[in-house]
Amino acid sequence: MSVVYALLGLLAVIALITLLIGIPVFVIWLILKSFGARGEVINASLFRKKTRTFLTVGSIMLAFLMFGLLSALGKAFTAGVDLAGQDRLLTRHKVTWIQLLPVSYLNRIATVDGVADVTHQTWFGGYYKEPRNFVAVIPSDIESTFRIYPELEIPPEQYEALIADRTGFAAGYAVAEKYGWQVGDRVPIRSEIYRRADGGDTWEMTLQAIYRPRDDLGDPTSVFFHNDFFNETLPEGAQDQVGWYIVKVEDPDNAAAVAEAIDELFANSPVETKTETEKAFAAGFANQVGNVGKIVTAVIAAVFFTMLLVTANTMGQSVRERTNELAVLKTLGFTNTGVTWFVLAEALLIAVVGGLAGIGLAYLSIIVLGDQLRQYLPVFFLPGRDVLIGIALMFGFGLVASALPATQALRLQVADALRRA
Amino acid sequence: MSESLVEINAVSKIYKRGAERLTVLDKLSLSVPRGDFVALMGPSGSGKTTLLNLIGGIDRPDGGSIVVSDRRIDKLSDRALAHWRSRHVGFVFQMFNLLPVLTAERNVELPLLLTGMNGRQRRERARTALSLVGLQDRFTHKPAQLSGGQEQRVGIARAIVTDPEILLCDEPTGDLDRQSGDEVLDLLVALNESQGKTIIMVTHDPVAAERAKRIVHLDKGRLSSVSEAAA
Ligand SMILES: Nc1ncnc2c1ncn2[C@@H]1O[C@H](COP(=O)(O)OP(=O)(O)O)[C@@H](O)[C@H]1O
Ligand SMILES: [Mg+2]
Repeated sequence: MSVVYALLGLLAVIALITLLIGIPVFVIWLILKSFGARGEVINASLFRKKTRTFLTVGSIMLAFLMFGLLSALGKAFTAGVDLAGQDRLLTRHKVTWIQLLPVSYLNRIATVDGVADVTHQTWFGGYYKEPRNFVAVIPSDIESTFRIYPELEIPPEQYEALIADRTGFAAGYAVAEKYGWQVGDRVPIRSEIYRRADGGDTWEMTLQAIYRPRDDLGDPTSVFFHNDFFNETLPEGAQDQVGWYIVKVEDPDNAAAVAEAIDELFANSPVETKTETEKAFAAGFANQVGNVGKIVTAVIAAVFFTMLLVTANTMGQSVRERTNELAVLKTLGFTNTGVTWFVLAEALLIAVVGGLAGIGLAYLSIIVLGDQLRQYLPVFFLPGRDVLIGIALMFGFGLVASALPATQALRLQVADALRRA
Repeated sequence: MSESLVEINAVSKIYKRGAERLTVLDKLSLSVPRGDFVALMGPSGSGKTTLLNLIGGIDRPDGGSIVVSDRRIDKLSDRALAHWRSRHVGFVFQMFNLLPVLTAERNVELPLLLTGMNGRQRRERARTALSLVGLQDRFTHKPAQLSGGQEQRVGIARAIVTDPEILLCDEPTGDLDRQSGDEVLDLLVALNESQGKTIIMVTHDPVAAERAKRIVHLDKGRLSSVSEAAA
C-alpha cells in the first residue's frame, strides 16, 4: 500500500515539475507565435527536440531559482552587519555579554566626549505561551531606543500611547502578525530567565505600538517594553542592572576613540566594560552563522555556473546541428545578420523567459519560506538589486551561450556549408 | 536590357590549401540568354557546383566578372548580394534542403518573409506555388511525410515562389528514382516553356541533360563543348 502512495507521490512531484517548467516553455512558444512566420521558424526549430528544449528551459529555471534563493540567503546572513550603524557602539561586560552592567553607567557614558546619545537593552529570554514560541523581548528605555534606531518606524499616535502606558510594549510587525496581536491587546509575555519578586514568570502588558523597519531593512521580530516597569517587578537583588548599552557617537570617524574613552571610564572598577562598534559585534555574531552561509553560497554558486555552462553547450550544440539549415536560409536571401538574429533571438528568449520563471519561483518560495524562517532569518527577501543583476545575467548568459554559434552563423560560407551537408 | 541574362566573363575560382593552388574554374566565359534551359555536365569535381554557386551569388570568383540580369553581382556587398538573391534567383538542391520541422507550405513561404507581404498574402502565394508543382493536397505535410519526388517539388515551389528570373538546379534528380526524376524534369521543362524561366541545371545524367535546350560540358575548369540538345 505504501509503495502505491510513494509512487503516487513521485508522480505528483513529476507532474508538478513538468507544470512548472511547462509554463515558461509555453510562454516562449506564445511569444514566438506572436512574431508571425519568423517566430514560427524559430519555434519549429526549437521544438523539434521537445525534450531537449524542455530540459534546457528547466535547467535555466533551476539555475535562476538557486540564484534567487542565494541572493536572499546572502542578504539574510549579512543583513545584521549591513544594518548595524557605523555610528553606533555597543558597550558590554568585559568578560561576556551574558553578565550584566549597572544601570547607573547610563549617565556616566552620556558624559563622555563625542557621545551623542545612549540607551540600554537587556536579554529577557522571552516567549509567548510556550517556550517554543520564542520572542526577542528586550526591556529597554523606550524613548532613547527609538531615538537611536530611527529606522524602526512607529506611527506617531501609537508612539505617544506607548510612552504614556508604563505597561505598554512595542512589537515588530512580523511577530505581531505571527501571534495575531492587535494594538490594544493584553499579552502575557513570559521569561525563561527572570522571576518577578512575587515569584511569577509572566509580565502581562498591552501592545501599544507596532513598529516596521524602514524598507524592511531591520529586524521586525523584536518586542521592546519599559525597563522602569520591568525593574520594579524584580526582586531587590536583581534590580538596576542592564544587559548592554548602545551608544550613538557624534562622529563615526571618531568611534574608536569614544569606545576607548568609555572603557577607560570603567577600568579598574568592579565591573569593567568592552566597547566595540555595533558593526564589529554584528560581524562577530554573523561570522558564526556566516561561515555556514559562505559554504552554502559557494556550493550553490558553483552549481549555478556549472549548470549554465552545460546548458550553454547544449544550446550551442542545437544550433550547430542546424548549420545546413542556416546556410539554406542564406541561400534564400536572408542576410548574415538576419540569420544571426534567428540564433540570438532563440538563445535570448530561452535564457530570459527561463531565468525570469526561475527568479519568479524563487520570489514565491521566499514569500512562503520567509514566514516560516522569520525567527531565524529576520531579514529574508529577494533584494531588488539582485533581481536586476539576475536579469543582466540572463541576457549575458543568452549572449554568451549563443556567441559562438552566432558568430559561426554570421561567418557561415553558404557554398562550403552546403557542400559539407 | 541585354539579350543574355547571365554573362560570365573570364571567371576564375582558385582554392588555396597551403602552397597548393587548385584552379577549379580557369578564366571561364559563358553566356546564357533569357529563357534558355542549359544543362551543365561534366565529371565529378569539374567545378559544376562551383560555377552554379557563383552565378547564384552564394560564392565569389577570384577573377573575371559575373553579370546577371544587368547586375555586376561579383561586386556586390554580402548584404546587397543577399537581397539580390532573394529577388532574382531560385535554388533547387540535390538533397532538397527543406527545413524538416516546417510543413510544405511553411517551407515554401520562407523566401517570402523577406518581402513586404503579410501572412495571408504569403500563405496564398505559397499555396499557389505548391499547386503549380502539383502538390495542392500536401500543404501541411512535413518533408518526412513526403516522397523524394514530392520533396523536390516542394523545393521547386520554394525556388519559384518569389517569381525569380532564373532557376539554378544542382543535380535536382540526382537523388530520385527514374520516374520521380522524370516528373521533376517535366516540371522544369514546363516552367521554362510556359513561365519563361531561365534554367541552369547541373546533372551528370545524359537522359536528364537531353531535356534541356542545350548542354554545356565542363572539364578541368574549362568549357569543353557546347551542344544543342536533340530535343
Ligand atoms: N572549399 C573548398 N576548398 C578546397 N577545395 C574545394 C572547396 N570547394 C570545392 N573544392 C574543390 O573544387 C573542385 C570542384 O568542386 P565542385 O564544384 O563541387 O565540383 P562538381 O560539382 O563538378 O562535382 C573539387 O575538386 C572540390 O574538391
Ligand atoms: Mg557538385
